[in-house]
Amino acid sequence: MDHVLSNLSILDAAPVLNLGLLIDGLLIGSIFALAAYGLALVWGVMSVKNLAQGDFIMIGGYLAWGLGRHGINPLFGVPLGFILLWCIGWVIYRTVVSKVISRDLFTSLLATFGVAIVIQQTLNLLFGPDTQSAQAHLPTWQFAGGLITVSAARLIGFVMAAILALCVVVFMKMSRMGQAIRATAQDPRAARVLGIDTGKIYAFTFCLNAAICGAAGALVAIVWNVQPFYGTTYSIRLFVIVTAAGIGNLPGVIAAGYGMGVFEQFGGFVFGAEYQQALIVLLLLGVLTVRQLQYRRFRQAVQ
Amino acid sequence: MSLSSRQSLPLWLILPAGLIAPFAFPTYSNEIAVLWLMILFASTWDILGGQMGYNSLGNIFFFGAGMYICAVVQIGLYYDVGMYTSGARTTHIAFTSAQYFTGFSVGLVVAGVGCAVLAIAAGWVLFGLRGPYFAIGTLGLAIAAAELVSSWEWLGAAGGIAMPVFPGGPHAEKLFFYFLLFALTFALLVFLRWLYSTNFGLALNAIRDDEEKAEAMGLHTRRYKRTAWAISAVFLGISGAIFANMTGFIDPRDIAFPTTTFNIFMVIMVLLGGKGTLWGPVIGAVVFHTIKEVTWTYFLGWQFVLLGLVIVITIVYFQQGIAGWLMEKYPAWFSGDDPLPPESRAKPARAIPPGLASQPEGAE
Repeated sequence: MDHVLSNLSILDAAPVLNLGLLIDGLLIGSIFALAAYGLALVWGVMSVKNLAQGDFIMIGGYLAWGLGRHGINPLFGVPLGFILLWCIGWVIYRTVVSKVISRDLFTSLLATFGVAIVIQQTLNLLFGPDTQSAQAHLPTWQFAGGLITVSAARLIGFVMAAILALCVVVFMKMSRMGQAIRATAQDPRAARVLGIDTGKIYAFTFCLNAAICGAAGALVAIVWNVQPFYGTTYSIRLFVIVTAAGIGNLPGVIAAGYGMGVFEQFGGFVFGAEYQQALIVLLLLGVLTVRQLQYRRFRQAVQ
Repeated sequence: MSLSSRQSLPLWLILPAGLIAPFAFPTYSNEIAVLWLMILFASTWDILGGQMGYNSLGNIFFFGAGMYICAVVQIGLYYDVGMYTSGARTTHIAFTSAQYFTGFSVGLVVAGVGCAVLAIAAGWVLFGLRGPYFAIGTLGLAIAAAELVSSWEWLGAAGGIAMPVFPGGPHAEKLFFYFLLFALTFALLVFLRWLYSTNFGLALNAIRDDEEKAEAMGLHTRRYKRTAWAISAVFLGISGAIFANMTGFIDPRDIAFPTTTFNIFMVIMVLLGGKGTLWGPVIGAVVFHTIKEVTWTYFLGWQFVLLGLVIVITIVYFQQGIAGWLMEKYPAWFSGDDPLPPESRAKPARAIPPGLASQPEGAE
């Protein structure tokens, strides 16, 4: 515990470091917010909890990394990842998800977990278990005598995540398809009565979510790193975010995404990077416990 | 329901099969030992998942916890654990025969008791969660344990612990652990067969069918849920302790808390065999383990991808399981027999021709 205290005292002695961590956290949090929005969308519209979410992100990440290795700017991975994951999402929807929508929630959870395992292991076989990062060859700016570093890659990631999120939000609010999706989320039966093809809506929603993940994954590879088995951690992060915010609470999901990014930066700094995964999972247990305590007010169990 | 009745015939078939197997197929005795472990995994998962309707994705936590508790006891009785697990240690540490067996037997008991305590403590928090939240919460528990142990120097961190070496020849070692695992699994099956026939078993089914109504009827649902989890934790913990000594080496991510292999196998084996029955998980474990060994042998490298596909296909297209499918197809075989469909449990047993009823797995 000594290093925890000494790290805390460093933060106390150099307050400007806090600002650096905060900025980093917010820049990374925007990617979390984006992917968490996709998860909340699928969760809300078709009540499928997609445990393969993080692995979609990893596919997008490996695409950007592959582009970078062939001398193409990995930023092109963002639109390409969007398109590629749209197609993969469609295949997975047709073969797996469409068959489990009407079943109980555990079935869809387990089915998507199976998909996650297939994706992880395939990535592992194709690219090996090493941690990879896509090089965009962008500068890094330093402020406050080198205590705050802002890399252009992270800034671009932030901007692109914001643009993408804005597009999705505008699409959901303005377009006819977005309206239909929201109607289906509210009441699938009524939507069907009013002539909405809910099967099509489900397929579209799932593909859109996968595509968002693909774009987010390309950004992850640029600003951070990818590894075949990191997907599970991403899935858990996104679950924490969505569970903490509550489904159907879009501003909450985005705020929680940023909060997650900041929490991780500070947690990683104070406890050391090796505890980062454990911190996320403990946060999940914490959020679930708090949610449960809130829930307890509404029901009295026989003890 | 006495154990001598016709309905316990599968148990009496398993007993001689398990006793003869290591001598009949000596080259495969390790694989068969793991098969017993798989049957234990599936049957303990089914206590919650099938009988009580709480789908846990983190039961592997108790397996790993049992491993580490047993390892700490075995080493800690004679040496300093931090020194033993330190990566800088160059001296060889040997355990005498007496030290090994004392440590191992104490370790087994402590692992069982410790896991029961852990289950009750974890149940305090997690059993307030329902449905998929319970599944995600328990998955989180298992992953958190794996991550914490991987960065805990005193327990050897991610490098793991080399267990004390079995004092005896390799042949004796094989048979020793084989029979320990077999005895544990057999005891579990006998115990579950009795448990499901008691009021406790009925209470679990009541919780599965409608928890609110069960509460309204005055069942102390939380107490039942915690006890049920503690029962599976005891068996998982002891099996973990045995398996740790059998493999001779434990590490947090791949052996003790393998969330994407053993952990998910449990669920798949139960779903494949048939949820909520006594023999379904056993059948599922046998079938799944066979598939697994075949893919391991013939598709090395792609085995995990294939297993993932088996998982997806089982869940999406074949969820009623083998036992469920047999029940649908030949309902007459099952009336009054052990793998009862939930709704027929209350009905009195009908008279059926003996010999047909008792062995669903032999009937295929």
